[in-house]
Parts: sequence; structure tokens; C-alpha cells
Amino acid sequence: MKVVIIDYGAGNIKSIQFAFKRLSLDAVLSNNIDEIKAADKVIFPGVGEASSAMKMLKESGLDKVIPTLKQPVLGICLGMQLMCNSSEEGNTKGLGIFDVDVKKFSKAVKVPQMGWNVIYNLNSELFTGIKEKEFMYLVHSFYAENCKEAIATTDYELEYASALQKDNFYGVQFHPEKSSKAGEQILKNFLNL
Amino acid sequence: MLTKRIVPCLDIKNGRTVKGVNFVNLIDAGDPVVLAKQYAELGADELVFLDIAATLENRGTTLDMVLKVAEQVNIPFTVGGGISSVEHVDKLLQCGADKVSINSSAVKRPDLINELADKFGSQCVVVAIDAKQINGEWFVHLAGGTIPTDIKLFDWAKEVEKRGAGEILFTSMDHDGTKAGFANEALAYLSETLNIPIIASGGAGSIEHFADTFTKGKSDAALAASVFHFGEIPILELKEALKKQNIPVRI
Repeated sequence: MKVVIIDYGAGNIKSIQFAFKRLSLDAVLSNNIDEIKAADKVIFPGVGEASSAMKMLKESGLDKVIPTLKQPVLGICLGMQLMCNSSEEGNTKGLGIFDVDVKKFSKAVKVPQMGWNVIYNLNSELFTGIKEKEFMYLVHSFYAENCKEAIATTDYELEYASALQKDNFYGVQFHPEKSSKAGEQILKNFLNL
Repeated sequence: MLTKRIVPCLDIKNGRTVKGVNFVNLIDAGDPVVLAKQYAELGADELVFLDIAATLENRGTTLDMVLKVAEQVNIPFTVGGGISSVEHVDKLLQCGADKVSINSSAVKRPDLINELADKFGSQCVVVAIDAKQINGEWFVHLAGGTIPTDIKLFDWAKEVEKRGAGEILFTSMDHDGTKAGFANEALAYLSETLNIPIIASGGAGSIEHFADTFTKGKSDAALAASVFHFGEIPILELKEALKKQNIPVRI
């Protein structure tokens, strides 16, 4: 199986590559459009600020390519947020794959949310073998609102969508690559889709 | 609910763990990768590696260690010690570190915090602050707490948040090594006046001390070294005791 991790300059993607290596799979880092299109599975990572990440996507033409992909695609953290309609971070227009907006947590809570929180209302084959209220590692200041396409929710200030799915597109706000054994199970499930 | 984090800290010298570490059944207690994996298995939420002898010459060795840890460990980790440039942080993150911790270099050149937050995002910038009480007031100290400054702890903490720190690791030099509990009054003040997570460090000696720093000290995470390394407080036992007191933890 060929797994491509989209390498567009946004953040630490080595961790994701290493996580697959621990599952005995060599994932490839690439920004080559043909290579991405030909992959069996695509990971769309992202760490950092939304508007500058979107700018980098546009510069490489990937903003047009990602929404047309037919194989399973998994957005992680900022990757997931960029797959939404828009983000309050830098007033960024997103790829519009998920019909939901990304908002900022208020000052009622500490921002970023940093650490382990639970995911629940699990509703996707991505979570096969994962129990309700399993712990995942999260680091984020912005969140996707709870919506139709939510396949997991998490509570921090309010109940928000910590994972989304539409057709072949999946997005997770948490970091499966840093979420111990349960995170590895989710990556395995993605490979099995 | 977001849980309170338990963070073992490993001191590193030339890519090896120093200070006694006394785990049973360890083939090589000096190998940071072996230790990190063990801690991840035992339920640590995060790890901190502190390069206590960081020099330009041994930078490559540390990077190599970071790469090996990132390859094999499935929980987040922070690297600190001797970090003073954007380029250095870039290399550490590229090797797979999740966060970096800066201390004296931020005091000497506060713009470093802004530069790191702008380039890599606040989420990976931890500012470590060492402080001591002098005549009832907390002052920032440098170089592992040995050099006093005239900078007040709470002013500096506010400034680092404003400049883009994603988290503060506060060590009370008055409590560090005493095993008599964390500096909960100062920690609670930091937690209430700032809007970023606060990691408590210095003073862990018993399970009750951890409970106190999460309740009275309002800390978001607690860091300790020897009580974990010598097995004085097994992490799972600690977490179970915290859970019994209704402190949210990941078990």
C-alpha cells in the first residue's frame, strides 16, 4: 500500500511518518501532485497558522487537487481545519470539503487546549475498536463546530467536532500519531479503509 | 474533560540519560529511548528532555537522540537546554520534537519568543521560568537558578504569554529538590492571571503534592524527575489516587 503524507511546508510531519513506521509502513512525504493522486491513502497534516498554511497550499496548487481526491484522505489537526469552509484564524477561506466553520475558543478556557481529552459520540469505521471516551492528545486554539459531518465530539468550553467525515474525506482534530496505542489503532483503521 | 498531565523529566548529557534512574528490568537505564518508551507504557502523558550540558559541539548528538525518541515513542515530548536560535528549533522540530523549551535565552533576548511563535506556532513554544523568592517577592533566575535577575516572575510570565508562548514551565528554586511540595501559591496566581497552560515543577515528593498542585496550585501539568526515576511514585498509582480525589487524569 502506498501512503503519501502531503508535504507543503506546514509543521512537523516527521512524527506522522514515524507513527506509520511503527506500524511497519513506509509512508512517503511528497508535494508532487501526480504522486499524491496515485497514492492509496493520503494524509493531509498541518501545524501552525491557518492563513499561511493555506497560502502554501495555493502556491503548490494543492488547494485545487485535494478536494478532487478519490482515495481515503485523512486531515490531521490544522489539516482537518483547512478542509472546512472557513477559519477564524487569519480569516481564512478553507477547502470547503466539510460544511462547517472553524472558530476560536473564548477566554473562558485556557488557549491552546493542550493535553489529553476524550472523544465520544464515535460514529465511523475510523474508530473500530476504539471505546467511547477514549483519550486523545490535542493541541489547538480553534475548533470545528459540532455539525452533521461530526464522527466524534469532544468537550472543551463547549461540545465541538473532534473528527469529521464526508465520503472519502476524514479529519481529526487530535494527533493520532501522538496518542499512544489508541492513536495507532486509528491510523491502522485508516489504512484498512 | 481535559485531563491534568503527569510529565517525567529526563536530564540528558551527550545523548545519554544522567542522574540515577532506577527502573527494574531495564537493559540500559542510560538510553533515553528505552526510558521514554518505558514511561509511555507506564502512563506518562508527556515527556521533557533537558539537555543539561548543551554546547554547540554536542548539538548533533542531541539531535540524533531526538530523532530516535521520535521514531519510537508514541506520546508527545519537549526538548530544552541551550536553545537560543530559530535555526536550532527548526532542526529539533524536524527531528520530531513536539515542543521546545527556552529559558535563559528568552530572558536575554525576548524577541526569540515572538520569532518562534510566528514561525512554528505557539503550540510548540514552552517558556521555562526559574524563580526564587527574595524578601517575599519572586524573581527570575538564570542558568539553572544560579544567577539572579531584577525581573519579577509575574511580570515576565505575562510578557512571555503576550509574546506568544504556548505554555509556561515554572520551577520554584525554593522548592526544587526539597520534596516538600510545589510552590502552589505562585502557581495558582500564574494560572489565574494567565490564559495559557502552566506546568508546575520543583518540589514533588508525594502523591499528595501532585493532588495539591492540581487543586490548590491550579496547575495544568506537573513535572518531576527523581520520584519517578527511582520508582518512589509509580505513575499509575499516582493517577489512580488523583482520580479518587476527582482530579481528571488519563488512565
